Amino acid sequence: MTDLLKLSGVHTHIGRYHILQGIDLAVPQGQVTMLLGRNGAGKTTTLRTIMGLWQASSGEISLSGDRIESRATPDIARLGVGYVPESMAVFSDLTVKENLVLAARDGPLDDTQLDWIFGFFPALRRFWLSRAGSLSGGQKQMLSIARAIIEPRKLLLIDEPTKGLAPAIVMALIECMREIKRKGATILLVEQNFFAARELGDNVLVMDNGTIVHRGEMAALAADVPLQERLLGLSLEAHQ
Amino acid sequence: MTELAANDPLPKPKRDIAPILLPVALALLMIPLIGSTSSWLTLTAASLAMGMMIFIMASGLTLVFGLMDVLNFGHGAFIAVGAYVATLVLAPFAASIQADSLWINLAVLAPAALLSMAVSGALGLVVERVLILPVYGQHLKQILMTTGGLIVAEQTLYALWGPQIIPMPLPTSLRGSFIFGDVAIAKYRVLATLIGLAIFIAIQLVLNRSKLGLLIRAGVENREMVEALGYRIRRLFLGVFMTGSALAGLGGVMWALYREQVHASMSDDLTVLIFIVVIIGGLGSIGGCFIGAILVAMVANYGGFLVPKLALVSNILLMVAILMWRPRGLYAVTSR
Repeated sequence: MTDLLKLSGVHTHIGRYHILQGIDLAVPQGQVTMLLGRNGAGKTTTLRTIMGLWQASSGEISLSGDRIESRATPDIARLGVGYVPESMAVFSDLTVKENLVLAARDGPLDDTQLDWIFGFFPALRRFWLSRAGSLSGGQKQMLSIARAIIEPRKLLLIDEPTKGLAPAIVMALIECMREIKRKGATILLVEQNFFAARELGDNVLVMDNGTIVHRGEMAALAADVPLQERLLGLSLEAHQ
Repeated sequence: MTELAANDPLPKPKRDIAPILLPVALALLMIPLIGSTSSWLTLTAASLAMGMMIFIMASGLTLVFGLMDVLNFGHGAFIAVGAYVATLVLAPFAASIQADSLWINLAVLAPAALLSMAVSGALGLVVERVLILPVYGQHLKQILMTTGGLIVAEQTLYALWGPQIIPMPLPTSLRGSFIFGDVAIAKYRVLATLIGLAIFIAIQLVLNRSKLGLLIRAGVENREMVEALGYRIRRLFLGVFMTGSALAGLGGVMWALYREQVHASMSDDLTVLIFIVVIIGGLGSIGGCFIGAILVAMVANYGGFLVPKLALVSNILLMVAILMWRPRGLYAVTSR
């Protein structure tokens, strides 16, 4: 399996804080790689650094073999990277339709793709002309993910999509991402919800204090309760 | 956490009309205080005209604030430069300005206004590239750089045109008033109101009916996410900055004609008004800027008529009152 995304020795400073302290990771093509870790471990910073929203102070980031660590965010997005931030960041003053029109950068909205999205998130069809700011948290998250997949992307960077959502909506999101995965998408997914991580992940990376402290298969971590407790301070049973 | 399920009906979004009603309520409230209907109508027409001119000058600044998070204290330079550039066209054609024909007047005025917009817009390009680009995200440096830029611009105008006030007479056909019974409404004020309304409608159409407008509105709210969708927002910033500068130049021409004079520091007082308008309207909100400009002009005109001594502080009081009611302005667009 070839690696679509590779980070080697990536350091990121935010102000005087040294957040990423030499990250080495690889995201294989066509697989879902989970990025786990405690709060403040550097997961969000890793996604933002890949996306160019924060500049890496040193190290290499390559996408399909092309170096991207010095490229601007729009150029990285144009290489086919979709980003779903933790804050959802829907444009609340714009309607659901307008949010998706903006996300479909290369042309008009594709009806087939829209129907596929509406299959998972029927609320988006119902509130097509409503302002995104008036949607519930779950609906905003659906819109945020829909925005990232409205056009085919090489790589999806998704930051804690299930955070603070009701269980029914979490299940809908998991089903959607499973379908995206079936279509062959490559995903780097930050997640605190271990149930969702276990359901979706092929591989797992665990971060602590700005470094990767564990890498392996998700199934192996899910089966190893002592390892979960050591790495994440949790046991799978506690989350079932 | 209370959570709506995906299929739950949404509460209907409320249309926020309170700010729109504010100038209407203020105008109606003034009728008994002013006493004379004709004086009230004259003052209201004057407020609308003045408000439209301030709106034209402030609209670019509010978008620059909202979209680019740039504190441009040098915005007034575009106003003064616009007015001075117009004199370059109007002075050699003084005879055409004094002609009785509206069309001959406009044949000189329109190119003067367009040239002013072009020069102010081009100056905007230079200012954005030279002064603002190096200090994006650094508010204190932006204030220092743009204030310095304003001083340099003013002194350059002094050096080129001298310290004297340059007269800029109104074209003959725009002098005088339309008389309705005992109400007189100055012709130029009607024209200024119409131009302001046309610009407001044009901006609204661009913002609400085009992808460019979508990008601007989205960028005002969350620049970072617009970039993450693959749009090079810096180019959009530059376009908005130049358009805002060009509109300030047009506003400068209109204000100079209103006052019938041009001088290098003409924008000093206006800048204060413009900042008040941008703040009370809500940073980045064109609708808020429009209403804010009318409110500021109404308070200046009604206040000046009723309590002249209050005129100096009336707009500050207005700003305090609005911000106590809505701390992020009439229409909060950004989270700043």
